[in-house]
Amino acid sequence: MVRFLIRRVLLGIFVLWVVSMAVFYLFFGLNKSGPNAVASRICGKQCTTQQINAVKTRLHLNAPLPKQYWYFLFGYPGKDDPNGLPRNHGILHGDLGYSYVNQQSVNTTIKQSFPITLSLAVGSAVLWLAMGLASGILSAIRPRSLLDRTFTFLALFFYSMPTFVLGVLLLLLLFYQLTVHGVSWFPAGGYVNLTDNPAEWARHMLLPWFTLAAVTSAAYTRLTRGSMLDVLGEDYIRTARAKGLTERRVVFRHGLRAALTPIVTQFGIDLGTLLGGAIITEQVFNLPGLGFQAVRAITSNDLPIIIGVVVIATTAIVLANLVIDILYAVLDPRVRLH
Amino acid sequence: MTVGDIVSATPVSEEGPLNVGPEGAKKIEGRSPWRLAFERLRRDKAALISMIVIVLIVVVAIIAPVFKHLTGHPPNQQYFDTGLTPDGLPRGPTGTFVLGTDDLGRDILVRLAYGARISLLVGVVATFLTVAIGTLVGLAAGYFGKIVDTVLARLIDVMLSIPFLLFAISLASVFQTGLKIVIIVLAIFGWSSVARIVRGQVLSIREREYVEAARSMGAGSWRIMLIDILPNVIAPIIVYTTLLIPVSIVGEATLSFLGVGVQPPTADWGQMIADAQTSNAVEHAWWFLVFPSVALLITTLAFNIFGDGVRDAFDPRSDRVFR
Amino acid sequence: MSVDGAAQSDGEVLLRVTDVKKHFPVQSAAFFRRSHDFVHAVDGVSLELRRGETLGLVGETGCGKSTLARCIMRLYDITDGTVEFEGRDITKLSTRSMRPIRRDMQMIFQDPYGSLNPRRRVGSIIGDPFAIHGLADGKSRKSKVQEVMELVGLNPEHYNRFPAEFSGGQRQRIGVARALALRPKLIVCDEPVSALDVSIQAQIINLLSDLQEELDLTYIFIAHDLSVVRHVSDRVAVMYLGKVAELGEVESVYGHARHPYTSALLSAVPLPDPERAKERERIILVGDVPSPVAPPSGCRFHPRCPKAKDLCVHEDPALVPRLDDPPGHVAACHFPVADGENIADSTPEIGIEERIVEEGLVGNV
Repeated sequence: MVRFLIRRVLLGIFVLWVVSMAVFYLFFGLNKSGPNAVASRICGKQCTTQQINAVKTRLHLNAPLPKQYWYFLFGYPGKDDPNGLPRNHGILHGDLGYSYVNQQSVNTTIKQSFPITLSLAVGSAVLWLAMGLASGILSAIRPRSLLDRTFTFLALFFYSMPTFVLGVLLLLLLFYQLTVHGVSWFPAGGYVNLTDNPAEWARHMLLPWFTLAAVTSAAYTRLTRGSMLDVLGEDYIRTARAKGLTERRVVFRHGLRAALTPIVTQFGIDLGTLLGGAIITEQVFNLPGLGFQAVRAITSNDLPIIIGVVVIATTAIVLANLVIDILYAVLDPRVRLH
Repeated sequence: MTVGDIVSATPVSEEGPLNVGPEGAKKIEGRSPWRLAFERLRRDKAALISMIVIVLIVVVAIIAPVFKHLTGHPPNQQYFDTGLTPDGLPRGPTGTFVLGTDDLGRDILVRLAYGARISLLVGVVATFLTVAIGTLVGLAAGYFGKIVDTVLARLIDVMLSIPFLLFAISLASVFQTGLKIVIIVLAIFGWSSVARIVRGQVLSIREREYVEAARSMGAGSWRIMLIDILPNVIAPIIVYTTLLIPVSIVGEATLSFLGVGVQPPTADWGQMIADAQTSNAVEHAWWFLVFPSVALLITTLAFNIFGDGVRDAFDPRSDRVFR
Repeated sequence: MSVDGAAQSDGEVLLRVTDVKKHFPVQSAAFFRRSHDFVHAVDGVSLELRRGETLGLVGETGCGKSTLARCIMRLYDITDGTVEFEGRDITKLSTRSMRPIRRDMQMIFQDPYGSLNPRRRVGSIIGDPFAIHGLADGKSRKSKVQEVMELVGLNPEHYNRFPAEFSGGQRQRIGVARALALRPKLIVCDEPVSALDVSIQAQIINLLSDLQEELDLTYIFIAHDLSVVRHVSDRVAVMYLGKVAELGEVESVYGHARHPYTSALLSAVPLPDPERAKERERIILVGDVPSPVAPPSGCRFHPRCPKAKDLCVHEDPALVPRLDDPPGHVAACHFPVADGENIADSTPEIGIEERIVEEGLVGNV
């Protein structure tokens, strides 16, 4: 087990390293307009060539690529200047650098955006698991019933629904149309801090949660249904029934536990891709989370923010996979043997 | 286990109907695995209906210029006089503008028809590119094994751990935005899941005796992969391909929605939805948000139902609808 | 191990296998630790095959006969030892340099269902050797394939059918046709009839015999059925745990089995005459075949041998003629079975621990 975990951690570090290299090369190696555009953006429109060169020197944009990557990892050379612009201490010292656009620390931006994305992710994950498991179990208990067919269709429907389409349609229906008719249950978007006003927080998050949860839970409905049907056909379930256990106990204590393994696997994969959905949802509902920041940074060529978000997101994926591996081992004792 | 195995695992006695002559043999001759799958698909009503819908969408895409000529509205032409109300709002569905206009007074019906071309083009081309790369990598990893497999399997792991959409947006923004880059981006981030499936299949088929037989005759690696192994993994590849097309279509629409895909004024569904969402007029003019959304939804739904039917046809015992 | 006794001057040697070993690493899930355990599938086998003869290879499942066949065919890389074909050492040849040699050595596989690609038509399967070696295309290939089909008793009109449309026996004919297509000199038959019904076994065996005469073929014939081997072979090699236990002319080995293992195998062959069957006493071997990962010391058969003595535990017996056998009949046994000796009631003279310890090893695998 320990060896297995060490292996997974090493693989995770490897993934992070490859991703950081890739994103770095993408923006600093392949992005032809990059350094110049960045430099002129930083010092404004009426910038002289000299000033642009000064900026380039300060950010070491002319250094060879591997050297720049080294700086990116270990920080720019030299000492901190108390009066001058902040110096990047390198990602390995926990410093993601400073925005090219407003000189704000990327760490600060991410710290501000992270709770928003986390709210969205956790809330929708809870909701999608609840919706997916509930509908899947109900379907599996009465296969081919009307309920089962309804859930099957709904699952297919939401599975086919692009996230942003569901988002904009919900907004149209529940915000615009209701507002036109004088009902304002749902806000157009935006974010309210949980600590400031929990009720408003929930009201603002409700539609984003549902959007993200509905498109994701579709797969869970089917997965749970299939997995439960497989398990409920096993001999030991028949034994449990023969023992005279209540149906509820059979389904939940004996069936669900065994059926959960593939769902956990899928959950691990989806936690990883969650950020993708978050980007879209945040865009649609105007939530200034990580994805929102990333999209804005991409359109303004603000490389430190993009790299920061990519690194954070990949770390999240790697960590999520690690947690899933452990959960997997807990759920299925056979895994521990390897 | 594929249909081929089921068929081949059915024992036929030496003195069975096969030896009675050409007449007796004919009955069995028609039942190739493809035939069986096709016949099962033909009996699947949902799949048939969805196929008709897909054909209709394809026809609309092909005859998009006909819509232009019939209505007299080129897709990017802005009709400020006839296409907008005196207040400057989009017009709802009328005789001239069958599905209404957008906030720039463009004909939504014509734009939808032209948008279908892009959706289908990207859906098909990106999917085939994805499947081609994934199949090649999966074949190589599964067949060669050892170091090749270790390296490729790690690569697949890495690709699956990358925040896809974030990277896709980055890639699309670093390079010039446009159709070509959208297709390439979708393929770059899509191949790894195909490769994983193909690799798994190849790993089991590699151990079959017919592969060993080919090697004993001196067949080279590529010949074995392409002639002996590939035909036996083609069924899952086809199933995955049909299920990947809607994913690619949604991927393109999403990138365009986020502004890093197909650029305006080109008519594109994702682009049209983004336009509608950011416009203030949507409060009063639901149609220019709803019609492109519905068009996209119907397309993906039809492909998904059809893909489901194809999978059932190739593997009737499978119950899992997705993934 | 010596093969001097086995080599006879008459007949030209087509294939010479010298002290071939094939060890497979034991699969281990550990990441940091390399596996140090090996399955000793073939552990020092030497054979000679003369042109035009059939060498039978018998033994229980897992004794290494199929592995040996695949080593000869160079489907596996050989751990140690050499394989010479027509005097040429092919042990270390690359895939590319092996290709021309493969024209002369072909293989027939055990499973007529598994050895034919279900997605390819019969014509294309049998045409494979031509395609791979670039020998004939298009029309000429088709006519050559149909010629071979006819030769093995298949209807040439079935050229475009799939393997699934044939029965097991017909499929094995397809396998034979494929092996014959290039008119090879050597055919390695890996249990070609084990998967077939008894009535069809005879058809395939007769086909193979006819073809041998007609085309001057040399066979290595692997089987676990001793009666089949007796019927087809000129000489026979009995394998146990990766080694040859006994080797010689069929009649000599079957009539004067020297190795207790051979005797045990022969005593298990069903006899058609119930009177004789009743008379004969079956030799029941104790325990299972030990693990090839850690083969027993000395004579590998000692934990199960009814005649085992102390010497057997410590010294590996040489493969040489025993008692008054001709030089062509060799056995690896310190205490060979004399003609007429009944070993069914013998008891080994080694400690019970020796046997239990070795059997205990089996449980660990």
